[in-house]
Amino acid sequence: MAERAPPRKRAWSWRSQAFRGLIYQIVAVALIAFGVWYLVNSTLANMAARGIQSGFGFLLQPAGFDIGESLIPYDALDPYWKAYAVGVLNTLRVAAVGIIFATLLGTVLGIGRFSGNAIVRGLCYAYVELFRNVPVLLQLLMWYLLFADMLPPITEALSLGGVLFLSKNGLSFPVPVWGPGVGLALLGALAGMVAAWLYRRWAIARFEATGQIRSLFWVPMVIVIAGALLGWIAGGAPSTWNVPRPDGFIMHGGASATPEFLAVLLGLVLYTAAFIAEVVRSGIASVVRGQVEAASSLGLSKDQAMRLVILPQALRVIIPPVTSQYLNLTKNSSLAVAVGYPDVVSIANTSLNQTGRAVECIALIMAVYLTTSLATSAFMNWYNRRAAIKER
Amino acid sequence: MDLVEYCQVRCDYVSLAAFPRSASAYEHKAFRDGQFGRSEPGKQNFNQVETTHMKTNRTKLALAILAAGSALAIATPAQAGKTLDAVKARGELVCGVNTGLAGFSAADSQGKWSGLDVDVCRAIAAAVLGDGNKVKFVPLTAQQRFTALQSGEIDILSRNTTWTLTRDASLGLHFAGVTYYDGQGFMVPVKNKIKSAKQLKGATVCVQSGTTTEKNLTDYSRANNLNVKPIVFEKQEAATGAYFSGRCVAFTTDASGLASIRNKDAKDPKEHTILPELISKEPLGPVVRRGDDEWFAIAKWVLNGLIESEEYGISQDNVDKLKAESKDPVVMRILGTSEDTGKLLGLDKDWMVRALKTVGNYGEMFERNVGPKTSLALPRGANALWNKGGLMYAPPIR
Ligand SMILES: N[C@@H](CCC(=O)N[C@@H](CS)C(=O)NCC(=O)O)C(=O)O
Repeated sequence: MAERAPPRKRAWSWRSQAFRGLIYQIVAVALIAFGVWYLVNSTLANMAARGIQSGFGFLLQPAGFDIGESLIPYDALDPYWKAYAVGVLNTLRVAAVGIIFATLLGTVLGIGRFSGNAIVRGLCYAYVELFRNVPVLLQLLMWYLLFADMLPPITEALSLGGVLFLSKNGLSFPVPVWGPGVGLALLGALAGMVAAWLYRRWAIARFEATGQIRSLFWVPMVIVIAGALLGWIAGGAPSTWNVPRPDGFIMHGGASATPEFLAVLLGLVLYTAAFIAEVVRSGIASVVRGQVEAASSLGLSKDQAMRLVILPQALRVIIPPVTSQYLNLTKNSSLAVAVGYPDVVSIANTSLNQTGRAVECIALIMAVYLTTSLATSAFMNWYNRRAAIKER
Repeated sequence: MDLVEYCQVRCDYVSLAAFPRSASAYEHKAFRDGQFGRSEPGKQNFNQVETTHMKTNRTKLALAILAAGSALAIATPAQAGKTLDAVKARGELVCGVNTGLAGFSAADSQGKWSGLDVDVCRAIAAAVLGDGNKVKFVPLTAQQRFTALQSGEIDILSRNTTWTLTRDASLGLHFAGVTYYDGQGFMVPVKNKIKSAKQLKGATVCVQSGTTTEKNLTDYSRANNLNVKPIVFEKQEAATGAYFSGRCVAFTTDASGLASIRNKDAKDPKEHTILPELISKEPLGPVVRRGDDEWFAIAKWVLNGLIESEEYGISQDNVDKLKAESKDPVVMRILGTSEDTGKLLGLDKDWMVRALKTVGNYGEMFERNVGPKTSLALPRGANALWNKGGLMYAPPIR
């Protein structure tokens, strides 16, 4: 088409493909816009006619309900938007932790499919088939019932050194009492991370220049821990911990990973890991056999070959489908209401019930999932571009 | 899981929210198939139902959500008198009830519904259609109920629903009266030796979402500095299941609901006790849509008629006899033998006679479904007539 571009004066004629294309697009956009406007308008009109109140004004009013677990301080007198924020954070918490564990487990399982050991291969295969073929909601419920039933009551909590407790309250653990020292320790850890990253870059550059291999795991790890320790000592080495304390049927103090959180997390991780394992397996299978042979002829061990030659190449194939698994995990976390975890859907359900703003509350849930999904994809696309083979 | 699928599982009420009466064919079918509640109310396995629900209705519900969008555009608001005409034309009253709360609304293994809330619908069907069996019961969860009413899927909601200002003023509906004066309570295991709700400091409490109970719990917790941790479930079975497994120290809902749940779902009802504190007022009653005053009046006055009949001693057994013989002007007005009160409501003069023959007066409904002789064994208490020390007071049929 480029070679046969129509003459300039014909640009506004129906015979010009470009012109027709433009008109079609304008018409399509106008129709969609009109459709949306019409639906929104008549929904509002119909709701008003039936005496159903609408609007997002309720977000500023006090929510009036407590939330079982929250990452930020929240009180029932706080407005609805804050309750939503608590819900969103709970969703993100379970999704983020879930994505990390699902990736680790899925990668191990996917690599396991290539193991020389037939039993390992078989187990990985069986795992994948079992977990990806049972609906995830059932898995969540199964874990939850299992936890709720099997864990001992708080009166008989299993204790580890008097600081960790496993009971129907979940896993209760001590948390440091917040103070400047804790803040400095966190800052130190952050500085350690930056230093570790610089070290890694330097070590890789050295390796490429001289061929000397340095540890890329232990040294950075030590740097981070040292940073945190330094910060902690600089802050006066505070050592007051809020230790959980079982008292009858109630667990006081500390923090806990509740059975609700654990059930959602475990259910999502085990389910998603099965899919990620398949993605990893197909990614590895896509790396041509010659690469393995070339690696071993260079004297790399099997382990090194996998880490340094095969996985980096497989990543190109793995990242896009793994991205959609991450999105699935995040969206599946909306099933958390079934087991009583206060995610954003649960909060929206309660708000919907108390305010009667069905359309608004559902719109908010959609907006939350849309935003997180788009953000995840954007991040993964960026990572994908980095992992892509750079032609030199 | 994509967005549509997500919506199917989590928010089937969206589709309802937007449904006008005219676009209800699909939904009616869904309700008939029992897919919006449990198809077998006797069975408690909601996991299975939820999964079948997810699988079989995937496309159907996706369509419903789409249809909801387009249907909005052609929706017209409810008009006066429309509900009565529609019920008559259909030959059937569509009544929203609980998915299963023994004594209030529950279906037996043959699918026959019974309970106090169910009887209200039967009485209205008898008054309007002449037959208390011409009712289709639509089981609804706490979440679904108002949307089902707003959208026109049901003609009346009779499902242990608390009358509150927010519901009355902002959801586009009207409460037709009170069928049961209740209050929110707590159930705890006997073995924990809890004697008062004030001992629940820091305790976990299982609640069902979509009810008035979450907010009451928070209010009570604040007022008494209890700092309880609510664990909120969407389905009643999950909430009670978590409680019975010991995850929560207490379960909270209306005291009547507690009695029903303890009686039906506990392995041994004697292992659980209901604490003395009632932390809220929960006047439960039937609800109709706004914008149809004639229908509102019918619901209101059938209920008033049932209560006033108890006051004047008209019962299921003696209604025929009283109709033939009574010279008491009040009884004559209720039974339509002097003034034609039914006509004012758009019904005929025998409206209350048929209602009473079907379910008896309010006292009989209470005794049969939840009273001391039933397994729920609820005392009449606040639900006794006003002249017997209770709160049941009906404006006169005059
Ligand atoms: N009266 C309260 C609570 C009514 C309610 O829904 N109670 C629960 C617990 S007894 C229930 O019936 N759940 C059954 C279900 O949702 O299927 C209200 O109107 O919000």
